[in-house]
Amino acid sequence: MAILLDASNRVLVQGITGREGSFHTQQMQAYGTQVVAGVVPGRGGGATLGVPIFDTVVEAVAKTGADTAFTIVPPAFAADAVMEAAAAGLRLGICVTEGIPVLDMVRATAFVDGTSMRLIGPNCPGVMTPGQAKIGFIPNHVGRPGRVGVVARSGTLTYEVIQGLSESGYGETTAVGIGGDPVLGSTFVDILPLFAGDPATEAVVLVGEIGGSDEERAAEWIRSSGFDRPVIAFISGRTAPPGKRMGHAGAIISGTTGSARGKIDALSAAGAAVADTIEDVVRLVGERLTP
Amino acid sequence: MIVKLLEYQAKRQFARVGIEVPAGRLARTPEEAAAAARELGRVAVKAQVPIGGRGKAGGIAVVSSPDEAHREAARILAMEIRGYPVRSVWCEAGLEIAHELYLGITLDRDRRRLALILSAAGGMEIEEVAATSPERIAKLWPDPFAGPHPFQVRELAFSALAHAPALDEARGRLASALVPLAQTLYRLALDLDAVTCEINPLALTADGRLVAADGKLEVDENAEYRHRELAAELALDLEGEDGRTGEDPYEAEAKRRGLTYVHLPGGSIGCIGNGAGLAMNTLDLVQQVGGRPNNFLDIGGGASAEKVRSSLAMILSDPDVRGVFINIFGGITRGDEVARGIVQARDELGITLPVVVRMTGTNEEEGRRILAEAGIVPGTSAPEAARQIVELVGGAH
Repeated sequence: MAILLDASNRVLVQGITGREGSFHTQQMQAYGTQVVAGVVPGRGGGATLGVPIFDTVVEAVAKTGADTAFTIVPPAFAADAVMEAAAAGLRLGICVTEGIPVLDMVRATAFVDGTSMRLIGPNCPGVMTPGQAKIGFIPNHVGRPGRVGVVARSGTLTYEVIQGLSESGYGETTAVGIGGDPVLGSTFVDILPLFAGDPATEAVVLVGEIGGSDEERAAEWIRSSGFDRPVIAFISGRTAPPGKRMGHAGAIISGTTGSARGKIDALSAAGAAVADTIEDVVRLVGERLTP
Repeated sequence: MIVKLLEYQAKRQFARVGIEVPAGRLARTPEEAAAAARELGRVAVKAQVPIGGRGKAGGIAVVSSPDEAHREAARILAMEIRGYPVRSVWCEAGLEIAHELYLGITLDRDRRRLALILSAAGGMEIEEVAATSPERIAKLWPDPFAGPHPFQVRELAFSALAHAPALDEARGRLASALVPLAQTLYRLALDLDAVTCEINPLALTADGRLVAADGKLEVDENAEYRHRELAAELALDLEGEDGRTGEDPYEAEAKRRGLTYVHLPGGSIGCIGNGAGLAMNTLDLVQQVGGRPNNFLDIGGGASAEKVRSSLAMILSDPDVRGVFINIFGGITRGDEVARGIVQARDELGITLPVVVRMTGTNEEEGRRILAEAGIVPGTSAPEAARQIVELVGGAH
């Protein structure tokens, strides 16, 4: 079982002809993801990487039955691309673009909320369901089908956790990188209930970082929903000084909110096991999974 | 990241869209300040620095003559306030204030909207009001496409004014006046890509006008490309002829190089990671095994060999750095590119300090081969690599 993404998703790529768009589309195809179309305004009628290119998403959907968007276009055009995908009736949109103006995302998320599309990202590494499909940057070799759900704000730490779980033999159901921006399509509290509905997910690893209060809200959800599977959490940025943005637009301790300590305390209080290192994450998962 | 506008720049933006501000003149010399006082009479001479607490630091003086304005401006223009040299002063006419309100717009991450905030308790930090008497703050989260509707602003106003008995009689008139003001401010925030757009205090004058007595505007750096003129104006004010910006000199240099870098002065281990989370975690790992990180540096996704070279040069410019820990987990970043950059940098910069590289992910075999051929042994475990570098530089600083 999986959440969000499996072998059946029919994926269109917005920005398929760009340097990164093309490279990662090939990686996704190699992994087994069903890429059915590319969308590049003005280049409709062409083809690349074995799939047709369309001018608009709505046309691509009509001709190919695409149901999922992978959005990898420059920041100035990304929010509009996300809205185009949502308006065309796709059920899942994954936007990896970094550096989108935050008010563009305020508008885009408000727009997406009025449609049936679930948005993951932006500024995220994407989603991988090992053995079935992946969308985004997660390296092909790290995943392995298994028992643990992963949801993370940071891209590279997502890879770290997946690799650790794979090498130890636990494997993953689905790994979701939600992104490092202040305004996101989906946060922990949107993804955790999906794992709750997936019987194959026996435990969840949650990777958070400083800034905002998404981890605290996740802790509150774990407590109030009576989530019945173990949660193993990891928070990066313990050494971060207040007021300094640690790379991600969203990773900043402002005033008294957003510190690693506050998040670790909230998650511990909600019953999650909080790990000190990625190695520790894997060990704690092992202790909590029934053999 | 956020670009903070200076007070006078914020007020110019307010004035441009029709929000009333006190009469004022910008002065870059004592002579200009004296001229402003001659024109405006009694004025406040205010240091223009992108940081709070300038009043307490002595950066604001109320003067009643051109001579006094000259003297005080000369004093303030020679000041440095919390690291920021004062490049200009804003000379502003006084106001007859009857009551101080607060009207602001800020990004609410949880709601994914701009929040419109009104309080009858103006003049102090809104965070302080929120902490001590949250009932005195009224909030609204307008639809970002429609903006605040008049009825919503009226509801906001009556709710905020309910806690200010002194304003009870004027509440109807105030609520009406706040409708266009709030709508204009919201439009301005959207136009400027502002994540903070604050009028505090919003002065209710003795003759019943609403005037923006102070302003704070913070613009989203991701949107800088849409606001080139504003960015250029700001750069002019923050960077003097000597090139000093008031920032940490290493961070200023990193900005010139286009690197995502945060300096942690006094640390001995330079750190590079790809991806913000991993780069942050790299610092955490170093500290966990008793080392002191000198910096955060995220080379980002898809970093080129040239970027790696520039990052290493950047880190090594701080003489406190006695070793470098490079932590790479390739996704969009390709191990071979990074490895090439490391080898190139070591040869070109003549690096003799210990360098520990942890590399795994996309194209890792190729990357590890390049490193190995150049005599750099890559590790695969991040905590192990952290221990290695801390040992090599001789434990905790």
